[in-house]
Amino acid sequence: MSDASNAALLDVRDVSKAFGTVEVLRAVSLEVKRGEVVTIIGPSGSGKTTLLRCVNFLESYDSGSIRIDGKEVGYRDAGTRQHRSERDLAAMRAETGMVFQSFNLFPHLTAAGNIMLGLRKVRGKSEAEARQIAEHWLGRVGLAHKADSLPAELSGGQQQRVGIARAVAMEPKILLLDEITSALDPELVGEVLAVVRSLAEDGMTMLMVTHEMAFARDASSRIVFMADGGVSAVGPPAEILAAEASNERLRSFLARFRASHF
Amino acid sequence: MGYTLNFNLIWRHFDKLWGGLLLSLELAVISIAIGIVIGLVLAVWYVSAGRVVRSIIAAYVEFIRNVPLILLVYLVFYGLPTVVDIAYSAPTSFVATLSLYSGAYLVEVFRSGLEAVPRGQLDAGKAIGLTPWQRLIHVRLPTMLRITLPALSNTFLSLFKDTSVASVISVPELTYGAQWINFNTFRIVEVYLVTTAMYLLTGYVLLFALRLVERRFRAAR
Repeated sequence: MSDASNAALLDVRDVSKAFGTVEVLRAVSLEVKRGEVVTIIGPSGSGKTTLLRCVNFLESYDSGSIRIDGKEVGYRDAGTRQHRSERDLAAMRAETGMVFQSFNLFPHLTAAGNIMLGLRKVRGKSEAEARQIAEHWLGRVGLAHKADSLPAELSGGQQQRVGIARAVAMEPKILLLDEITSALDPELVGEVLAVVRSLAEDGMTMLMVTHEMAFARDASSRIVFMADGGVSAVGPPAEILAAEASNERLRSFLARFRASHF
Repeated sequence: MGYTLNFNLIWRHFDKLWGGLLLSLELAVISIAIGIVIGLVLAVWYVSAGRVVRSIIAAYVEFIRNVPLILLVYLVFYGLPTVVDIAYSAPTSFVATLSLYSGAYLVEVFRSGLEAVPRGQLDAGKAIGLTPWQRLIHVRLPTMLRITLPALSNTFLSLFKDTSVASVISVPELTYGAQWINFNTFRIVEVYLVTTAMYLLTGYVLLFALRLVERRFRAAR
């Protein structure tokens, strides 16, 4: 299935989803290749976060398919719309990492404990081994000295870096980043983005929803512009920014964005 | 007033009160332990169950909450053995009643605690690939416990006071001991003054200890 090295690692095809009568995703298709960093931008309510949450099936979708490494995510193969068993779903989700806007650390566990939980319970590693991996990743995000701190004792930026370490320590095939700097004070954004950048340099495959336009431009292989639940434009950063002239929605999004951010 | 306080007779029978206090504590501890198990199991079941199970659990909770405890004690001790062929001692019967009673209140406490666990934490548990059972044990319950600990302390305190109801079926706990002394010495003011002080003091000590546990728990890793 994934014989060619340029085959898509993540293949989203014609995914649609409605909350009641509101269509949040309309036949969205997009691909992420191994080692690519793909950024999704777009106005709020355009379905970015919903799409991301469909990729690890935190949200179900009504039609279309999402495949990671050729394997359908939330539904059993063979064309049925039957949900996978919870056990199956858990195993699928262990292959994707997710970092959340509101960090979502487990408040009763230390920084190291947060990272170790999945390693112990999902990956079946020993306490010592899990601890070692946790310390390695805490070092990578610059928090080696905070291993035994509780989330409540950490700043927002530090919590988010633990959140990233928790996700990547599981060695996921793809990392999903959901507006991970939106809840941070401006002066803390840089430290988190620096970590993401270094992961990208290591070749980590990432799908990222962000409002950090400069970061999207500098760090992405491709940018996806979403509007009204559909993909309005896709391409390398330079191309997307050039497409502004011909894409009315993109132009108004970027104009509003510039007005509020610069 | 021509009444002079005389505590001598109370001190002579103080073993009735002291033994009663210890039994009251024992009844409360055993009942809340069983009640916690009932409450946890039913609360977890409730949040994941369908309509039928939910209504059955809700019916149990509503029944217990709307019937006076003393009536439940009579029902279980006098009523049940006449209908079904079972026999038990008064303390056993009371513990069973108080367990069911506290269980019903704790279902509510735990259920709202489970629902108060932020959805983001559950998402995070899903995202790292935990199974539903693992999410319950490692994510939901620890957070729920921290949320509900103060309510749990309060339930235990009121349960301790509720053990006084056991006196109506002659379980020799603290209030029963007080009644016994009253009937045999007629020093009604003295005996109930001492008994009140004993409930009050024990309650304060318990509250202090439980608040310490809560604080420790909140700071613990």
